[in-house]
Amino acid sequence: MPEWIMKPWPWYIAGPLIGLMVPVLLIIGNKSFGISSSLRHICAACFPGRISFFKYDWKKETWNLFLVGGILIGGSIAAQLLTTSPSIQLNPKLVKELSSYGITDYTQLIPTEIFNWPSLFSLKGLVLIVTGGFLVGFGTRYAGGCTSGHSIMGLSNLQLPSLIATVCFMAGGFIVSNLLIPIIINL
Amino acid sequence: MTPNTVEEKKHHEFLTQNADFEVRSLDAVCFNESELNHPWWYNFKYAIAGILFGIILVKAEVISWFRIQEMFRLQSFHMFGVIGSAVIVGIISVWIIKRFNIKTIYGEPIEFVTRKLNKGNIIGGLLFGFGWALTGACPGPIFAQIGTGATVAIVTLLSAIAGTWTYGRLRDKLPH
Repeated sequence: MPEWIMKPWPWYIAGPLIGLMVPVLLIIGNKSFGISSSLRHICAACFPGRISFFKYDWKKETWNLFLVGGILIGGSIAAQLLTTSPSIQLNPKLVKELSSYGITDYTQLIPTEIFNWPSLFSLKGLVLIVTGGFLVGFGTRYAGGCTSGHSIMGLSNLQLPSLIATVCFMAGGFIVSNLLIPIIINL
Repeated sequence: MTPNTVEEKKHHEFLTQNADFEVRSLDAVCFNESELNHPWWYNFKYAIAGILFGIILVKAEVISWFRIQEMFRLQSFHMFGVIGSAVIVGIISVWIIKRFNIKTIYGEPIEFVTRKLNKGNIIGGLLFGFGWALTGACPGPIFAQIGTGATVAIVTLLSAIAGTWTYGRLRDKLPH
């Protein structure tokens, strides 16, 4: 493999490639790019209950489940075959701050000191992984889309609701990352 | 968009009058806009698109909890560059598709969804933002994280499914 593939990709390569997902999905099958709906289709397929929101023909949306299945496989391919030095290069300010919380392992893309199975039995792990995951699922559906559906697809189609949603995604993230993460990690 | 050929008219009627479509499109970004009935294995082309997307997400470190914290602390341009350049390419692509009336590979006209503003865009948007900062992952990266071997992200995924289910359960009681 060429050296440039194995190294982390710069934003000006990755960003435009992600943007191309929009026309590719439209042209290969008239599909609007979006990921979070897959979570809804999983609910509709597995436990619809008596909830009208999950009563629809999810089989017509199978394409979306193939898409997310592909993302999982792609993640695996990238991690197994296309990566040499996984140590992530971060802003020294962030490294300094995180080290004061005891996070020192930068060999993986996620902090293994917090994101691991035993951590689920700690308050900090529960808040970050379980509460965080719940808010991702609840919030994206309530907002009608995620970073893909609103911030990429919606903005590409110049939709004002998508712009407002994107601003709120960022605002929510700014608040929690700056104000709450320092408290939560010290739990 | 005014349909000009018979086929386009038929397609447009399908999209506007099909009740099932109406229900599914209420809030969704992802819904099947094609009325073509293809065998299930046609979906493998979306799996291939997903594989490429997953590789990009990992190689650009978009799935990294560290990069997300860096973004929200304004300590790096990387994530803003990724999202910003993706949007620019997306806008140009959509403009080209509309301008030149580009069809799908099956010859269908490409349909775009217009979105109606509702309170959910704001409240749900903020809640998702909270979750994004906590987990360091939006829905796409959760799947990619699992793929990279960070198996605890399976719990993030299950929690997100529970969150989506809870939204569906409470939907009628929430402000929209």
